[in-house]
Amino acid sequence: MNLSVNFCGVNFPNPTVLASGYLGVTGSSMANCINHGCGGVTAKSLFMEERLGHPNPTVLTYPGGMINAIGLCGEGIKKAGHEFELYAKQCPDNPLIGSVAGHSIKDIVECAEIMDSYPVDLIELNFSCPNVEDEMGRPIACDPIMTENATREVRKITKKPISIKLSPNVPNIGMIAKHAEEAGADAITAINTVGPGMLIDIYMRRPILANKVGGIGGQGIKPIAVRCVYDIYKNVKIPIIATGGIINGRDAIEMLMAGGSLLGIGSALTYHDMKAFEMITKKIHNFMEEEGFEDISELVGLAHNS
Amino acid sequence: MLSPKIIDIKEDYPGFKTYTLRHSLRAKPGQFVMVWMPGVDEVPMSIGWQTDTEFKMGIANAGDCTKAIHEKIKVGDRLGIRGPFGKGFKLREGDKKIVVIGGGYGTPPLLNLAQEAVKKGIEVLAIIGARTADMLIYEEEFKKLGCEVMVSTDDGSKGCNGFCTNVMEEALKNHKVDSVYTCGPEVMMVKVAEMAKDNDVNCEVSLERYMKCGFGICGQCCMDDTGIRVCKDGPVLDGVEALRLPEFGKYHRSSSGVRVE
Ligand SMILES: Cc1cc2nc3c(=O)[nH]c(=O)nc-3n(C[C@H](O)[C@H](O)[C@H](O)COP(=O)(O)OP(=O)(O)OC[C@H]3O[C@@H](n4cnc5c(N)ncnc54)[C@H](O)[C@@H]3O)c2cc1C
Ligand SMILES: Cc1cc2nc3c(=O)[nH]c(=O)nc-3n(C[C@H](O)[C@H](O)[C@H](O)COP(=O)(O)O)c2cc1C
Ligand code: FES
Repeated sequence: MNLSVNFCGVNFPNPTVLASGYLGVTGSSMANCINHGCGGVTAKSLFMEERLGHPNPTVLTYPGGMINAIGLCGEGIKKAGHEFELYAKQCPDNPLIGSVAGHSIKDIVECAEIMDSYPVDLIELNFSCPNVEDEMGRPIACDPIMTENATREVRKITKKPISIKLSPNVPNIGMIAKHAEEAGADAITAINTVGPGMLIDIYMRRPILANKVGGIGGQGIKPIAVRCVYDIYKNVKIPIIATGGIINGRDAIEMLMAGGSLLGIGSALTYHDMKAFEMITKKIHNFMEEEGFEDISELVGLAHNS
Repeated sequence: MLSPKIIDIKEDYPGFKTYTLRHSLRAKPGQFVMVWMPGVDEVPMSIGWQTDTEFKMGIANAGDCTKAIHEKIKVGDRLGIRGPFGKGFKLREGDKKIVVIGGGYGTPPLLNLAQEAVKKGIEVLAIIGARTADMLIYEEEFKKLGCEVMVSTDDGSKGCNGFCTNVMEEALKNHKVDSVYTCGPEVMMVKVAEMAKDNDVNCEVSLERYMKCGFGICGQCCMDDTGIRVCKDGPVLDGVEALRLPEFGKYHRSSSGVRVE
């Protein structure tokens, strides 16, 4: 039985991939995930500049999910190289995805150029942060033309596979994915967090997050993520890293059937901690055995046949 | 998010206050909570003394958030609390005598551990250090529990003159000690852990790193080179395990993730 995935020419020993922003601050933290059975990892999104992020509280759980406004903190792409090198040395067989972000297309391209020089196997473009060049400050991922332009510019400067991370907060995610594909994207990662949302503490009588609003992940967003992946699969030929609300093996199989080739694992950590990776892979393995599948690729997009 | 009421505030010395909150936390000694001061920040704090209905935290004024807590929070106000989080101290079956050693705001969790140890019939020697006699905390509380207390001050104004690690060296010579537990400045903990290792004594240290989520998902508090998470796999670690971490006693990371020596 085969659970390894050839994704844009990169071999992942199993379909679980650490989602960006989860445990991806340091090389040794990402290596720790591999030691717990994760197939490959995505580092935290990096900008050109060092960012302190928002003050705490930045991450909260609530029944049904998690809300975060970390504020994309990070040491900045220039200083982060040693973390990538450390990881690549410790885990040569587990692909590393570098995630870049920026306030404008120019920013993103500059950042991606530096990322290209690091030992990453794929480059993920996080188009979900507010864009200073857009008069509304909309994220790039909320506009098909901006997504296309940004993708095309990055395509010019790297030969490494690029995956575009899309936001679910649009009416037409399938169409946006199509524009990314046409501009030369090799893959799509979907979805980023839903929202924004807000939680209020009734005794303090104010929003809890220091940033007041934050993106929502976790169990509650799974149906949205499944639908988004389904829409994207229908619209493009490039493979998908299906992310959002996967907390157990069943969710993972659902995402494969919707059209995901790899599985972005994030909020499963809040339920099962580091056991999540092995647990999910094992469940897929058992399911394939029981249902008579030989290769994990047979599951991808299966729900579209009906 | 819990929002318990503050029912008592005691100033131990200028710059350090002990807050009593009405809430049954049922935490293990060594665990911590994230304390939210609305409008300012949310920071990790160890859990000190606990009863069935309340718990205490000893808070040093160390910056923006803790200063705001010291200045603005009065009896009857509330603080936001998430937790308890992390792995606490482990009292070993069969231990007869333990040493708890620390100073400053590392003392509250040691007091909570002493509480638990005494309940289990384990003899406790508390070694507490401070810069000067006025800054010694919880000496009376340890004594009331029935612990033997030894004190050291950097300026010699009370107890031993010098570092509390010197006191520990003596204690290890003169007593049969089964385990040592420490919380305080990292350089001190490195010394304690090394001394315990050299004397073949079980040791646990309580680490401190920048925290955001507090429950092991954001990766902000991870330590090189194993990537363990201080908030989830710690804050309490085995002393020998901690000594193997190249960053222990050497550097930590800021809120952006940049290394600080
Ligand atoms: C597990 C743990 C237990 C702790 N227990 C206690 C305790 O019982 N009593 C006590 O007085 N202090 C304790 N601290 C330290 C306390 O968290 C810091 O003193 C506090 O965060 C200072 O915040 P500030 O905004 O007042 O200071 P700032 O001006 O923000 O910073 C001062 C210092 O505090 C550190 N700090 C700030 N925010 C955080 C954060 N989110 N996580 C970790 N460190 C931070 C900074 O690295 C800096 O070195 C503990 C820390 C940890 C990690
Ligand atoms: C604390 C936190 C930080 C995140 N940081 C990033 C990030 O830096 N870049 C990014 O592309 N996505 C980031 N995300 C989004 C996740 O990668 C993921 O797309 C989303 O949370 C949905 O998955 P989930 O339901 O499993 O959480 C973050 C999510 C969380 C909860
Ligand atoms: S503070 Fe988030 S992982 Fe430890």
